[in-house]
Amino acid sequence: MTQTAEATDRYVRDFDALREQRSDEPLWLRDLRREGFDYFQRMGWPVDEKRDEAWKYTDIRVVARTEFRGPDAPGATLSEGDVSALLPFDEGMSRLVFVDGYYSPEASRIVDADSASIMRLAEAVREEESLVHGHLGRYSQPGHDASVGLNTAFFRDGVFIRADGVLSAPVHVVYVTSDHADPVVTYPRTLVVAGKQAEMTLIETFVSLGRRNHFTDPVTEVALGEGAKVTHYRVLIENTESYTIGHVRPCLGPNSTYKSVIYEAGSGLMRLDLEVLIEGEGAFADLKGLYVTTGKQHLDNLVSIDHAQPHGKSRLYFKGILDDKSRAVFGGTVYVRPGADKTDAYQEDKNMLLSDQAEADSKPSLEIYADDVKCGHGATAGAVAEEAIFYLRSRGIDEQTASRLLIKGFASQILDEVEIEPLRVFLEERTRLALPRFLAGREAAA
Amino acid sequence: MASTNHNRPIVDRPILDIRNLHVSVGDNEILRGMDLSVSLGEVHAIMGPNGSGKSTFTNIVAGRPGYTIARGDVIYEGESILGMFPDERARKGIFLAMQYPVELPGIRNREFLRTALEALREARGETKLSVREFNKMLEEKAKAMDFDPDLMKRNVNEGFSGGEKKRNEILQMSVLDPKLALLDETDSGLDIDALQVVAKGVNEFRGPDKAIVLVTHYQRILNYIKPDYVHVLIDGRIVRSGGSGLAQELEAQGYEWLREPAEESAESVGATARPS
Repeated sequence: MTQTAEATDRYVRDFDALREQRSDEPLWLRDLRREGFDYFQRMGWPVDEKRDEAWKYTDIRVVARTEFRGPDAPGATLSEGDVSALLPFDEGMSRLVFVDGYYSPEASRIVDADSASIMRLAEAVREEESLVHGHLGRYSQPGHDASVGLNTAFFRDGVFIRADGVLSAPVHVVYVTSDHADPVVTYPRTLVVAGKQAEMTLIETFVSLGRRNHFTDPVTEVALGEGAKVTHYRVLIENTESYTIGHVRPCLGPNSTYKSVIYEAGSGLMRLDLEVLIEGEGAFADLKGLYVTTGKQHLDNLVSIDHAQPHGKSRLYFKGILDDKSRAVFGGTVYVRPGADKTDAYQEDKNMLLSDQAEADSKPSLEIYADDVKCGHGATAGAVAEEAIFYLRSRGIDEQTASRLLIKGFASQILDEVEIEPLRVFLEERTRLALPRFLAGREAAA
Repeated sequence: MASTNHNRPIVDRPILDIRNLHVSVGDNEILRGMDLSVSLGEVHAIMGPNGSGKSTFTNIVAGRPGYTIARGDVIYEGESILGMFPDERARKGIFLAMQYPVELPGIRNREFLRTALEALREARGETKLSVREFNKMLEEKAKAMDFDPDLMKRNVNEGFSGGEKKRNEILQMSVLDPKLALLDETDSGLDIDALQVVAKGVNEFRGPDKAIVLVTHYQRILNYIKPDYVHVLIDGRIVRSGGSGLAQELEAQGYEWLREPAEESAESVGATARPS
């Protein structure tokens, strides 16, 4: 028997063991879980001979063969102040904290209950059953892939947000993994249902308390009703020993706007599938991303935008700063389905390589089956830095300042999109800490 | 060194002295014994066909990495600068207006210029300019260069037209106020109006305490910037030097008549096979 089979056996045992605990869950949810688990059992992880084009550059055998344990209790207790110290950007916001998959009421607070229903997903399954039933697993379907299958089978809790109007404060969801001697797995699950003309901001932060390996398998579904506006920040700062394979699925109704900024500086091996569906006419998806990789990190973003309806607009702009022996993969696909006329789509991925041992693989593509569309793409991966550094130095600017200006400038084109000032400052600081060789010490005069 | 009177141009010592310079990129020898001497108050034009080594020469003086210097020296203000980093050279008063100015995403033109000027002023022992002083100075210089003030708020060279990039180089020269300015084909790709603006900027910069080396493929810009000396660079060597009249001669006759007969046939045959 291979290690992979043993690792799979563990999931089987765990799933069977959970069955009893879940006997009070509604039948539809248990069916959903079963569907997800069946998929995983049948298909397994996309490794070896099952590795297709979508996994060309990313090898997750290490995830497939590791036996991860689902923590049976939170490994740490966090106070409200602990979280504020760790993530000092959410003052005045609603905040829901999960430690090792367990809701942490001491660290959480909900400030806006007038125009929204914000609660734990486990609670929402009972209190908002019909709505959760109608949406959960509809966008990230249980049989979508192995990571969604496992998440659906195993998620313990998560967040449910039903936005009815304009929310007065952003909602910050924090998924924490504490330090464990043996590798643990968590399955964060977020479901956002933004109603007609609703407006809200969601921040999801993924963070580790220790330096040891763990696995996070998160799924986030965002449903936008007619004219809704959702801004979604996704902050991935887990430790660089950890693995993350996640799925984000926004589904855009007519004339809705989904704006997202993804920041990834953590995880040792990461894959994010961001799959946007333009399901209503005239919707706009504005996707920005910044990944900062060092050491031996391997981060893979596979982004697709499915224009199923006419007059949609999408903008995708990802940037990467790569140092040491790290590797980043970007795959972007824009589909324009038959009938999705007057679609306007553009995607671009730019990478800055700070080391000649870093590697960026960028593959934007367009698949157009409609008429009168405006689509474009671009990608650059290269040692942009050298020419630019010479240019700056030839004007009298020393090497350290030149690299700092350059990296900050490069990152700012994504980070300036962050409208929450303390969050932007936090992300700038994280970027600085990730690249001490270039950004250490004093701040630039300005 | 004997002490000099700073109010008078130093005539007894060139600011830039290129001595028997041999430079290669990989296995390709580009400069093959170049000599040149430039003094304050002078404008030199270096002309030559494509591939003659003009850009290599300016890059070597500015300190661009990637070249191998096999022999010779570059003396600036009496000392060899070959071991110095580009920013050290800039702080000593060397400026290169680049043939292909680089785009700097996310760095605003104004911030870039201010950071550079601060570094230079500090090196010169000058006091820091206040933001207001800096902005006022920049505004005046930009106006003189017919430079859209909005471009100051934009990222350096990003989305600039070819002409705007070149004018931005000359504006930087004017703001940073070097002693030695090297202009690498600043005229190429400019229409006549832009060329006149650039020439005006260079002529205003010109003075007894400045030296300018203007590298160009065409004689056209020399109608607006009258050089004191014209040199012809062919196959990595200065093959002819003269006054501004030489430029007209080149315009009429091209470069072929100045080529030396091949010394080492095999090598030179390949090297001379270029479009005229």
